Amino acid sequence: MAVTVKTFASSNEAATALSSDRTARYLGGGTLVMRALNEGDVSISTVVRASDQALTRIDASGPRITLGAGVTFARVLAERDLAFLHAPARSIGGPAVRNMGTVGGNLFAPNPYGDFAVALLALDATVAVQGGFGSRDIAIEEFLQSRERQSGALVLSVSCTRPASADAFRYRKVARIKPKGGSVITLAAHLPISGGRIAGARIALGSMAPTQIRAKAAERALEGRVLDAATIAAAASAVTEGTAPSDNALGSAWYRREIVGVHLRRLLSGQE
Amino acid sequence: MSKTPLQFRHNGRDVAIFVDGGTNLLVALRELIGDMTPKFGCGQGGCGTCSVLIDGELHLSCLTLAETVAGRSVETLDGMKQGPNLHPLQRAFADAFAAQCGYCTPGMLMAAKALLDRNPSPSRADVVEAISGNICRCTGYESIINAILAASGGRASA
Ligand SMILES: Cc1cc2nc3c(=O)[nH]c(=O)nc-3n(C[C@H](O)[C@H](O)[C@H](O)COP(=O)(O)OP(=O)(O)OC[C@H]3O[C@@H](n4cnc5c(N)ncnc54)[C@H](O)[C@@H]3O)c2cc1C
Ligand code: FES
Ligand code: FES
Repeated sequence: MAVTVKTFASSNEAATALSSDRTARYLGGGTLVMRALNEGDVSISTVVRASDQALTRIDASGPRITLGAGVTFARVLAERDLAFLHAPARSIGGPAVRNMGTVGGNLFAPNPYGDFAVALLALDATVAVQGGFGSRDIAIEEFLQSRERQSGALVLSVSCTRPASADAFRYRKVARIKPKGGSVITLAAHLPISGGRIAGARIALGSMAPTQIRAKAAERALEGRVLDAATIAAAASAVTEGTAPSDNALGSAWYRREIVGVHLRRLLSGQE
Repeated sequence: MSKTPLQFRHNGRDVAIFVDGGTNLLVALRELIGDMTPKFGCGQGGCGTCSVLIDGELHLSCLTLAETVAGRSVETLDGMKQGPNLHPLQRAFADAFAAQCGYCTPGMLMAAKALLDRNPSPSRADVVEAISGNICRCTGYESIINAILAASGGRASA
């Protein structure tokens, strides 16, 4: 079925068009929206686009980085200042998907996708959204939890603080087909160190619940500790708390619960 | 539903067509322009046989809204041969038996061209990475990888 395509020069107008029409869907890179249209999804009757340059801007020079929602993974990979985000960007799809898929679209990608959002969740990112009501910043955790209700709002950008060192941020996607298979589970850890101890631990998981979640019990096991074998073991045994994985073609819920602690232990101890 | 006019460069030639809202680039190329070289495999981004270059970058035409290529340059396998001669990549595919049924071949060649245009001497790992979004049901990939290496400046590593 044909849809109406509306292209706007400003994100303002696009946001207004989105919020006033329940059948409208924003088109980022289109890797999921076009697939839905190809499959005959009749819930979409309008496709909204914005050519606003601000949506593709990258600000990566300072301690706080901002990525426009329309920035593709290939562009993240081309940016030397974004080295800490290269592992999550590289883990998504094949080269064509990385040339097309965007950071903003990843926030809405359903399981088993949303790998980049797992990294952003561990980095306590902020999501700037614009609705009919104007624009505001939302913490990514809150954004992901209320994602179903965010349809109708336009994501403008995401921002986060650059990790203090390369070692402070770690990412791992467990997939059966390398390099581009879908995620069995995805893990990201941000471990800022203050006076030799972990201060502000963040562990984020993908494919362990209906949306990306923080493993708060594992974070508590790390907080204020030195990252030694005992701390790592405590975090690994707490990591399934609060998770609710499901079965899909890539793995069963049981398997996910069995392996998530093993992979967290490897990630925290720096093993391949 | 009204149709939208769309102009872009197709293999170095300006084309102008009218598309229905929501038409993907693969349909526009095959049904409206008559370029049958990009193939339809899955329509979901999973197989890569519809791959084309948009402004030199590898994209999946089945997941590209046709209207987004307005004013841009689209290259398909149809534009690859050089006059009456095959492109070195095409010749290498033929020589290395890198095509059996040939269904994946257009996408494989576009992915390989995107790689060699950017990196004329890729390593074997670079080649594997470059075609990782393309599925071949027949060759087991080795002959394809060897063909791409043979066509590249990195011939010695083939
Ligand atoms: C073959 C293949 C492999 C893939 N592999 C992976 C993978 O390994 N990991 C992974 O995480 N993902 C993967 N994906 C999924 C997808 O490509 C990515 O998640 C990508 O980030 C989605 O971005 P997009 O811009 O293409 O989204 P689109 O398809 O444009 O949009 C997706 C959803 O997000 C909404 N949206 C997009 N941008 C905005 C915005 N700025 N504001 C509000 N709403 C917006 C859309 O309306 C839509 O509902 C894969 C997809 C394919 C086809
Ligand atoms: S037809 Fe486009 S990826 Fe399969
Ligand atoms: S040669 Fe048959 S799919 Fe590749």
